[in-house]
Amino acid sequence: MNTPMSNEAIRFRGVKRAFGDIVAIDDLDLSIPAGSVTVLLGPNGAGKTTTVRLVTGALAADGGSIATLGLDPIADGTHVRARCGVVPPKPALYDRLTGSENLRFAAEVFDAPRSAIADAAARFDIAYALDQEVAGYSTGMRTRLALARAVLHDPDILLLDEPTAGLDPESARAVLYLIRDLAGRGRTIVMCTHLLHEAEGIADQVVLMDNGHARAAGHPATLAATYLADPRVLFDAEDRTTLDVLAGLPGVLEVANNGVVEATLDDLDRLPDLVVALVDAGARLTRVEPMVPTLEHLYFEMQRAHREPSS
Amino acid sequence: MKAWTVARLDMAVLFKSRDYWLPMSMLAGVFFVVVPLFMLSVVTSNTSSELAQQLGNVINTLPDTVQDQIQGDTPQTQAAFGFAVYLLAPIAIVVPLTISSAVAANALVSDREKGTGEFLAHSPLTERDIYLGKLIASLVPGYVATVVGFGIYSVIVNTQVGPQLGGWFFPTAGWWLLIFWVVPPFIAFAISVIVMVSGRVRSAAAAQQTATLVTLPVIVLAYAIASGLLYDPVVSALTVGVVAWLAAAVTLGWGARSLHRARLLGVGRDA
Repeated sequence: MNTPMSNEAIRFRGVKRAFGDIVAIDDLDLSIPAGSVTVLLGPNGAGKTTTVRLVTGALAADGGSIATLGLDPIADGTHVRARCGVVPPKPALYDRLTGSENLRFAAEVFDAPRSAIADAAARFDIAYALDQEVAGYSTGMRTRLALARAVLHDPDILLLDEPTAGLDPESARAVLYLIRDLAGRGRTIVMCTHLLHEAEGIADQVVLMDNGHARAAGHPATLAATYLADPRVLFDAEDRTTLDVLAGLPGVLEVANNGVVEATLDDLDRLPDLVVALVDAGARLTRVEPMVPTLEHLYFEMQRAHREPSS
Repeated sequence: MKAWTVARLDMAVLFKSRDYWLPMSMLAGVFFVVVPLFMLSVVTSNTSSELAQQLGNVINTLPDTVQDQIQGDTPQTQAAFGFAVYLLAPIAIVVPLTISSAVAANALVSDREKGTGEFLAHSPLTERDIYLGKLIASLVPGYVATVVGFGIYSVIVNTQVGPQLGGWFFPTAGWWLLIFWVVPPFIAFAISVIVMVSGRVRSAAAAQQTATLVTLPVIVLAYAIASGLLYDPVVSALTVGVVAWLAAAVTLGWGARSLHRARLLGVGRDA
C-alpha cells in the first residue's frame, strides 16, 4: 500500500452536476492525493461514474471547481486527458477490429510509442489474442485489453470504473494485482466499485459516496476507528435463546441477531467476564469471535451512521 | 492531425462491416453499371427504334441550346447520347448521398450504443477532431464510390455509344464539374446536418430515419439541379457549386458546435 503524498492529484470543491431534474453530484468535496489508491464506494446511482467523467473533463460541472493535476479539466482538457487513463464500466472497444488495431488507435490518439503496445499487452496477458477480432473476446479478455489500452501512454492518473464487473475471480484478482502494481509505481489510482472486498487491502483512501455526496473519506483504518470504535464480538450457542441474557450484561452496548448474535461492547477486555456470565446462565457456547473490522462492516456502518444520524 | 486518425478508425470499422458495405456496393453497382448497361443496350440496339424515336421526341422538347449539344447522326445515337449525358446525371448525387448518409447516421449513435463514445470522450482528442474525423469517414466512402462508379460508368458509356460518335466523348465538361465541384458540397451539407441531428437521437433506428428525412429532400433538390445544370454546364455548375459550398460551410460550422463530449457519453450537455 502506498503512503499518500501531500500534494493533490484531484481536487473537487463544492462540485455540482445535474441531468435535468436528477442531481448526480451535489456539493461534492473530494481530495485525492497523488500516488494514492482511492476507492469510491457506493451503490448504483451514487455518482461514482459522473465523478470519473468530471475528473477528465468528459463532462463539465454545473458548479464548483475541479482541479486535475493542477489543471482545469475543461479549459485544459486536452492536457488533462492526455495524462489520464480510463477504464470505463463497459470496456468500450471496437468489436470489428482486432485487439492490436484497438491498441494502435489508442496509441495514436495518446501519442504513445508503438513499442508500448507490446509491453501493455504482455503486462495484461493479452498479447496472444492481439490478432483476433475483439468480437470474439471473452469478458475477461475485453477487460484486460481495456486495461492495456488505458495504460499505454503511462498515465499519471488511472481511473477504473467497476474494472472487475463481470470478470471471473481469477481475472478479477489479476486486475487487483495490477492496481497494486501500478500504485507501487507511484501512479494515482481511482477505482469505483460497489464490491467491498475489492477495495480491501489496496485502498489508501476510501470515499463513501451516496446520492452525489462524499459521505465520508479517509484511510480505512482511520474510518474504522471512527465508525467502528466500539469492539464487536460474534456469539453463537447450541441453544441460541440462552444468549438472550447478553443484552442485559454489563458493558454490552447493543445486540443484533442476524443469524448469528453480534454484540457491541464498550471494551473488549470485558469479554472473559461475558463468557463466564453466559456459561453461568446455562449457555453452551459454540462461537466467541471478536470481529476484525472489514471494509464491508465499515461501509454498512458508515451508511447507517449517515442515514440514521441519531444512532 | 488527429481527425484523420478518427476517420481512419471509423473507415476501418466500416470496411470490416460486410453487412454495411455489401448492400451499398450493390446500390452503386445497380446505378453505375446495371442500369446504364441495360438501358444503353436497349437504346442502341437495332430493334429498339421505337424507343429511340420516343427518346428523340423527348430530346426535341429540350431547349435549342441543349439540342445543339447532343451529338449523333441517327435518332438512336442521339437518344443514347442524351440518355448517357443528361438522364443519368442525378446518379452522381443519389449514390454518394445514400452511402454517406447511412454512414453519417451511425457515426455518433454507434459510438454511444457500443460504448466507444466513452473512450473518445476521455481521450485528448478535441471535439473538432472527433467531428471532422466522423465527417471524413462519412464523406470518403460515398465519394470514393462515386468516383470509382463514375469511372466505370464512363467506360460503359464510351464503349456502348462511343463507336457511333467516332470515339470517346464522356465525361463532358458538365460531368467533370458535377463530380468534382457540385457533388462534394452536397454530400458535406447532407452529412453535416445528419451528424448534427443524429447526435441528439437515442438509437440507430432513429438516426437512420433522421438521415432519410434529411437525405430525401437533398436528393430531390440535387436531382433537379444536377439535371438542369448539365444543360448549361460551366456557368450553372460553377454557380450552383459556390452556393452549395457556402451552404455546406454554414452547416459544417453548426455541426462542429453541436458535437460535444456529453453527447458521446449519451448524456445531454444540459439535459
